[in-house]
Amino acid sequence: MRRWIAFLGIALLSVAPLCRAQLSIEITGAGAQRIPIAVVSFAGEGSLGDAISAVVRADLERSGLFRLLEVPALSPHPTEATAVDYAEWRARLADALVLGSVAARPDGRFEVRFRLFDVVKQSPAGGIAYTLAKGQARATAHRIADFIYEKLTGEKGVFSTRIAYVVKRGANRYELQIADADGAGAETALASLEPIISPVWSPDGRRLAYVSFEAKKPVVYVHSLLDGKRQAVAHFRGSNSAPAWSPDGRTLAVVLSVEGGSQIYLINSDGSGPRRRLTTSSSIDTEPRFSPDGQWLYFTSDRGGSPQVYRMPALGGEAQRLTFEGSYNVTPRLSPDGKILAFVTRNAGKFQVALLDLANKQVQIITDSDHDESPSFAPNGRMILLATLIGGRGVLSAVSSDGRIKQRLPYAGGDVREPAWGPFID
Amino acid sequence: MRAILIAILSAAASAVLLGACSTSPQSQPPASVEERKPGAGDTAIPVESGTITPVDVTRGPGGSALSPLKDPANILSQRSVYYDFDRFDVKDQYRGLVEAHAKYMRDNPGARMLIQGNTDERGSREYNVSLGQRRSDGVKKMLVLLGVREGQVESVSLGEEKPQAEGRTEEAWARNRRSDMLHSGEF
Repeated sequence: MRRWIAFLGIALLSVAPLCRAQLSIEITGAGAQRIPIAVVSFAGEGSLGDAISAVVRADLERSGLFRLLEVPALSPHPTEATAVDYAEWRARLADALVLGSVAARPDGRFEVRFRLFDVVKQSPAGGIAYTLAKGQARATAHRIADFIYEKLTGEKGVFSTRIAYVVKRGANRYELQIADADGAGAETALASLEPIISPVWSPDGRRLAYVSFEAKKPVVYVHSLLDGKRQAVAHFRGSNSAPAWSPDGRTLAVVLSVEGGSQIYLINSDGSGPRRRLTTSSSIDTEPRFSPDGQWLYFTSDRGGSPQVYRMPALGGEAQRLTFEGSYNVTPRLSPDGKILAFVTRNAGKFQVALLDLANKQVQIITDSDHDESPSFAPNGRMILLATLIGGRGVLSAVSSDGRIKQRLPYAGGDVREPAWGPFID
Repeated sequence: MRAILIAILSAAASAVLLGACSTSPQSQPPASVEERKPGAGDTAIPVESGTITPVDVTRGPGGSALSPLKDPANILSQRSVYYDFDRFDVKDQYRGLVEAHAKYMRDNPGARMLIQGNTDERGSREYNVSLGQRRSDGVKKMLVLLGVREGQVESVSLGEEKPQAEGRTEEAWARNRRSDMLHSGEF
């Protein structure tokens, strides 16, 4: 609780975007090992609109793996070039320290420098200098947070990645939005008067496939984010839905009703060539997802009498049932390493996210609200983004894959649904 | 004899009423009483002949008549088939409605129909697209069995995306589990 209050203090002192970006985070469970870190405000950072150090702090805090220490006003204000008094920072209980500075360049751009220090080993642990335009302050802060995260945890950070989701505003306005992983900086990629569902990122992060109902029926589009060009890649008679990218980005698995029912097909992601039918059943087969190695296709089917998760070889073949508990297990999503299956389970009338360990078959329900949908793994597998219904409206939340860290993303207004976490971008 | 006369007159009267309901004079000639001879030969019919001046208030200022598909008095203006929870069969109470639309489609070979299946909001959006498809496929199958050409009808699903009623109540959900029949020009 004290940590929570301390954090609130930091948040209140910092700039408005941070307050929006950190509505709530809840960390439960004993023995949560969090690295105590001090991120000192960067000298001169006020010249950039967004306070870089505040965004770095919020990113690290949100991961649940760091405990952000309060830093008193220091005089003179240290920068990445300052000689560090390690004993002093050790006395403040910091294991790690970040110092930095921002300088305006004659060409109107800015230079941001930072250095990470390992206080325990009493040595610098790396740093970077960035040149950027004023509008890139947040993106730069996310890169700094990724650097710190990777140095201290050994795995890649996801603060620079982006998320996609759909917002419904009023009676009939739907917006497909792209935002930073912390929910800030949202941009609208597509606005429509008809519903949009099931956005999925291409493996290269440049395109989204989704289902739009603008033709009074579901049609699958591929949308290039940079130039806004979009193409109907599955527009057959009947319904076209549930797109999923193959790992190489060349193939989409889609669900078509063109030959009756809801069956899984493969099509080329550029819309060329013929469709190839993958399932042949009289039941519903939908929500396909490729395994990260491309070998398997996970999907939802009611062939056993109730909707359950199955998998089959991606080239076609016999399906194998994976979920057994309960009468409603849908929306399979694979972790990036292919070892964990997230899905939505109906549990006493509530829809919650569960994880199935594919090796030992253990199932764990990791959310506790009434109506969670569309789980989506972060590209490092650490967090799962999902939509939660609260007060009749959808909001984005995230839960760590061990279920211990839960957080609500900033509420941008409207009814938010269908989140999809994008890939790493190099 | 008196009973017979009453029967004849009431049949004639309902024929007149039916004629008044007929709202598409171009495609269907106004029902005349002579065409609705009620049963065995009798002599009462000619009394009605030519004595009725049809009044048609369905014509707007532009002179276009109300389509039978739009006429609230015509069963064809009803478009929705509702379902029980987790059910996909057309309930008996909607058979007459589907049959009327089947007849319209048979009588108008150029007509096209889009059937949109819908579900309530509970559960996965994509799985609900498939459930809605199962509902619209069911209506299409019934239309085809009733003689509508397969190519005239497309069945699709809107899943849970286009609720008729908002709210998370049993009443709202019951209104949202439906198939809507849309005719040419409506989609």
